[in-house]
Amino acid sequence: MSQALLEVQDLVKHFPVGGGLLKGAAGVVRAVEGVTFSIQRGETLGLVGESGCGKTTTGRCVLQLEQPTSGRIVFEGAELTGLSQDKLRTVRRHMQVIFQDPYSSLNPRMTVGDILAEPIKVHRIVSDPAKRQARVRELLEQVGLHAQHARRYPHQLSGGQRQRVGVARALAMQPSLIVCDEPVSALDVSIQAQIINLLEELQARFGLTYLFIAHDLSVVRHISDRVAVMYLGRIVELADRQSLYDEALHPYTRALLSAVPIPDPKLEARRERTVLRGEVPSPLNPPSGCVFHPRCPIAVDRCSAEIPALREIKPGHWAACHLA
Amino acid sequence: MATLLDVRDLKTTFLTSSGVVRAVDGVSWDIEEGETVALVGESGCGKSVSALSVMRLVDEPAGRIESGEIVYKGRDLLKLSEEQMRHVRGREIGMIFQEPMTSLNPVLSIGRQLTEGLEIHMGMKPPEARSRAVEMLAMVGIPDPERRLGQYPHHFSGGMRQRMMIAMALACNPSLILADEPTTALDVTIQAQILELMRDLARRLGVAMLIITHNLGVVARYADRVNVMYAGRIIEQASATELYANPRHPYTLGLLRSVPRLDEPRRARLDPIEGQPPDLTRLPEGCAFAPRCAYRVERCGEVPSLVALGAGHRSACWEAERLVKELAA
Repeated sequence: MSQALLEVQDLVKHFPVGGGLLKGAAGVVRAVEGVTFSIQRGETLGLVGESGCGKTTTGRCVLQLEQPTSGRIVFEGAELTGLSQDKLRTVRRHMQVIFQDPYSSLNPRMTVGDILAEPIKVHRIVSDPAKRQARVRELLEQVGLHAQHARRYPHQLSGGQRQRVGVARALAMQPSLIVCDEPVSALDVSIQAQIINLLEELQARFGLTYLFIAHDLSVVRHISDRVAVMYLGRIVELADRQSLYDEALHPYTRALLSAVPIPDPKLEARRERTVLRGEVPSPLNPPSGCVFHPRCPIAVDRCSAEIPALREIKPGHWAACHLA
Repeated sequence: MATLLDVRDLKTTFLTSSGVVRAVDGVSWDIEEGETVALVGESGCGKSVSALSVMRLVDEPAGRIESGEIVYKGRDLLKLSEEQMRHVRGREIGMIFQEPMTSLNPVLSIGRQLTEGLEIHMGMKPPEARSRAVEMLAMVGIPDPERRLGQYPHHFSGGMRQRMMIAMALACNPSLILADEPTTALDVTIQAQILELMRDLARRLGVAMLIITHNLGVVARYADRVNVMYAGRIIEQASATELYANPRHPYTLGLLRSVPRLDEPRRARLDPIEGQPPDLTRLPEGCAFAPRCAYRVERCGEVPSLVALGAGHRSACWEAERLVKELAA
């Protein structure tokens, strides 16, 4: 595992929720509760789960946008938690992020050219203005836009074009890791495929590594080499793409897969769905034992008493279920 | 089966700073009693405006229903008075929106929101309305309905709010429900719960349903017939089984090919539809899909009309025959 580009060990992130001024914290949102994974160079790890499962918080901790409560994050061999602000700034250049909504993550008062030139200037990657303009043109070309897009403002672009700008901005820093947080879920169906293909081309061309956070299981299957499924702050299953989708071991993963309708009416007419009971419990007050047990179709007594560890059931295929 | 709703050549426009937008540009579709029909397409294709037009809830004065007929149970809704229309909205046609939080009243209790309609439209006395409200909440799977009546929308989770919307839509025994992206804002497992619930209730109560969605999987599982929209027009119309098995319009084909599917082996590359979605203020002459279309020919400068290609299957494409031949080969 020494070659891993990113290693996350026992990551915990709790958010205190206020009981009001002077009253101190009234409770703790257990957003991430002991998450461990690693990503090899050039690999894509998909992180899937429903809202509130902790996937976005995990990504933000990796990027050091949130200070983890505990746990270790090792990136390119350096432990990030102990680093000085100065060192952190250098390391951070090599990890970039693409957000879900390019509209709210691009400054509406800046042209596309300025949006792309600014980080290159601030981080003194290219100091000569003429060369910087050339670099901006090169970035636009790499994401399938044209040089004339540099003069436009974000609102003059379509959703797909804006997300291409978001991708170009991440590329500007020549990162090794890009955290993609729901990068296509705000886009129209016909445009999603364009952006997914673009991300794959760029990965092959620049040897990029992706942490791909999404709720769409079909998209995650397409783009990921390995997939981690999260539920209420924990990874419940982690495996290579094929094992996860063909032989899911955790009942939550199976229910998620069964909940996705397939665009084929004949197939759907014969298909039985496992519809989970109830809703995701609050991370303020997670259930005892296995956090999934109140909704689990196969839960036994042990499940409400004992937290299942993430075990390697088959080589490379991990699941946190007593019955796996 | 008798036709319940027949929309004929509906045109709805919006006046914007960049000119008149023809959001719905001459569409015709219908729903039979008890049937589930889908309007499917991407953002801005006119699917939501179509439903709002049926309810006559298009924002005036910027929005305007220009022409057409919306015949519901033999009466043209566009000719009704506002008073009569209010009765249709409350009693005859229920509506479910994407974001329940913005369509529920935050300062009225759950109970009051349900009983208000029952008292106004069904002429029920308060105790009767209350027991009907409890019955409705139980029917949509809200646990402990008696206690829930006194709560407010913010006490409910997203899934529970959507159940509440369904209860409200069904409370007055309507014949038709218009559901606009009813589960898009919900998580995958909750989506499945809500959609299965809607289907079961629609079947049990014999209610017809219009589902508006961009999700081709949802259409495949829940719709009997499908209308595919692009830039304000219907470009293909067929039964769900027929549409997925034999798409006859390049846009439908493109949509079906662009999504990764869990039931098929993973493809090395996805096949996107190239280009950008249409800008409704600057539509090209002729077929709006032509700039992105792989089957484009010179004739596409003229608008193709929706023509029948088989039982109940219509496509608005000059090159539909070539598409069929190529797919068969």
